Amino acid sequence: MSKSALRVAIGLTVITAILAAAPWFAGRADLRLIGEIMSYMALAILWNLLAGYAGLVSVGQQAFVGLGGYCLFICVIWFDFPPLAAVPLAALVAGAAGAIFAPLLFRLEGAYFAVGTWVAAETVALIFAAIPSLGAGAGMSLPTAAVKAIASSRELREWTVYWLLLAIGMGVLGGVYLLIRSKAGLALMALRDNPTAAGSLGVDIWWTRFWTYLGVAAATGAVGSVIFLQKLRISPDAGFSLNDWTAIVIFMVVIGGIGRIEGAIVGTLIYFLLRELLVDYGTIYLIVLGLAGILVMMFSRSGLWGIVERRLGWSLLPTRRLRE
Amino acid sequence: MGIAEAIVQGVLLGGLYAIFAAGLSLVFGVMRLVNIAHGDFIVLAAYIALMVVSLTGLHPFASLLIVVPLMALIGYGLQRFVLERTLGEDLLPPILVTFGCAVIIQNALSALFSTDAQRLSAGSIETDSLQVAGLSIGVLPLLTFAIAVAIIAALEFVFFRSRIGRAFRATSDDPETAQIVGVSTKHVFGLAMALSFGVMAIAAVLLAARSSFDPFSGPARLIYGFEAVIIGGLGNLWGTLAGGIVLGIAQTLGAQISPSFQILAGHLVFFVVLALKPRGLFPRMD
Repeated sequence: MSKSALRVAIGLTVITAILAAAPWFAGRADLRLIGEIMSYMALAILWNLLAGYAGLVSVGQQAFVGLGGYCLFICVIWFDFPPLAAVPLAALVAGAAGAIFAPLLFRLEGAYFAVGTWVAAETVALIFAAIPSLGAGAGMSLPTAAVKAIASSRELREWTVYWLLLAIGMGVLGGVYLLIRSKAGLALMALRDNPTAAGSLGVDIWWTRFWTYLGVAAATGAVGSVIFLQKLRISPDAGFSLNDWTAIVIFMVVIGGIGRIEGAIVGTLIYFLLRELLVDYGTIYLIVLGLAGILVMMFSRSGLWGIVERRLGWSLLPTRRLRE
Repeated sequence: MGIAEAIVQGVLLGGLYAIFAAGLSLVFGVMRLVNIAHGDFIVLAAYIALMVVSLTGLHPFASLLIVVPLMALIGYGLQRFVLERTLGEDLLPPILVTFGCAVIIQNALSALFSTDAQRLSAGSIETDSLQVAGLSIGVLPLLTFAIAVAIIAALEFVFFRSRIGRAFRATSDDPETAQIVGVSTKHVFGLAMALSFGVMAIAAVLLAARSSFDPFSGPARLIYGFEAVIIGGLGNLWGTLAGGIVLGIAQTLGAQISPSFQILAGHLVFFVVLALKPRGLFPRMD
């Protein structure tokens, strides 16, 4: 392991350890907030991998969040699965859906791909809304017995879900970082910087994009299953919400800095800061978020982290290959 | 309602979808840009028409005399001052900027006008119908279809027979060479966006006269227009009309099976076409 990778590994381990101990020194509301930040950080890092690296601008990731959520509810309610065991299954189902959509959507040129992913998400949402045994448009709740199966007391249950969100957030962060540093990551970075050149240097663009889309779909499904395990209720509107699971995530990444893992993390933190500050002004924060995203795209495409990187030369998660 | 009547209604509905699609297709044809906020700008135009009608007492169709130029101006400004800066090799910025516009329009409209459904009253034309061969055909849908045909014929004329159309095609084929021979690409892109926004204004009034709308009605309009474009085949305006008709028929037949199946049937036809004929039913010959 190189020196820089060792530093990152130690840093992430320390942060994870501190956050894992949070139930003993933080309040219930704080735990909920950190858990939410973790789930959004995971979604942001995953969307960034898709759009920022593989050049697949999806506005349909809510398809996989909702699928993951529904999959968990179906496993628990219909098949008496323990909730925690349903999480990997949710990833599998979301990944399979990704494998079905990818060959169709990849036929759409550039920006039309974006709208295509949206149609795919709408289609999945309409199918779930049309199934009466899943509560149709009204959705369904986790039964009390299943909720009790997570852990006996409410406190312990909240802690378990919190640790699960923490594990998934830090897991996605570490996993994507390792991926970017690997040989496959080299192909992804080449694809990000210049798709044509990457192709002529032997990167198989179609398959690289396919596996990225699949992996991101599966991980997004896992995140979705835990999000709705915490909410205990799911409906087509909540599960397949474009605003909640894609629009906000896109703005986080764009404002923080697309094409850099740090950008997604910084963007997530900025979003939560903004939301807490503008909490009294209704949907104003969405307008502010939209405006900020547009300004970043017009004047500084690499976002806030890009500015930091250029001015100060910082790199929290170095992915450059230097001989050390 | 019988199958025959459903098909006729689907064909006429396809006209409206073709108008949604025409503006989208035009802008993509000239500058490879997909306006994600296309549907939201249509809804914005509907609200502008609503205000014009309530302020001046004009008939909704007469309000177009104000709404069309106003929208064209907004489109030209958006292109010159915002989107112009984002065009280039990288596909991301224009998608994300128009996506940002969509979110801003939706939330700004709901802050200004509440999320209540609105409607433009166009008078008795809304409910008038003709009896043809035992089928009842609405006058407004029929008029919408006729306008769709007229818009597409006009756009074809502009594109292939006029001076500005030559500039559109030249810029689309090779912007740098077009600039060398004296075409101002920035101005041409602005005009293409203005034309697209003008068509949106017409779509908005026709939409608002036939059904209610709210600040969040936009995305579905974008999706129907997009599906019409892809089903019909990129770069072919008459193909887009055919695509709209196929989508319209799929939706009205789907609604015959079950109301919840209406929109889903359209999406499924879209995916079937994408799987079997990825270049659309009527691809452009080149």
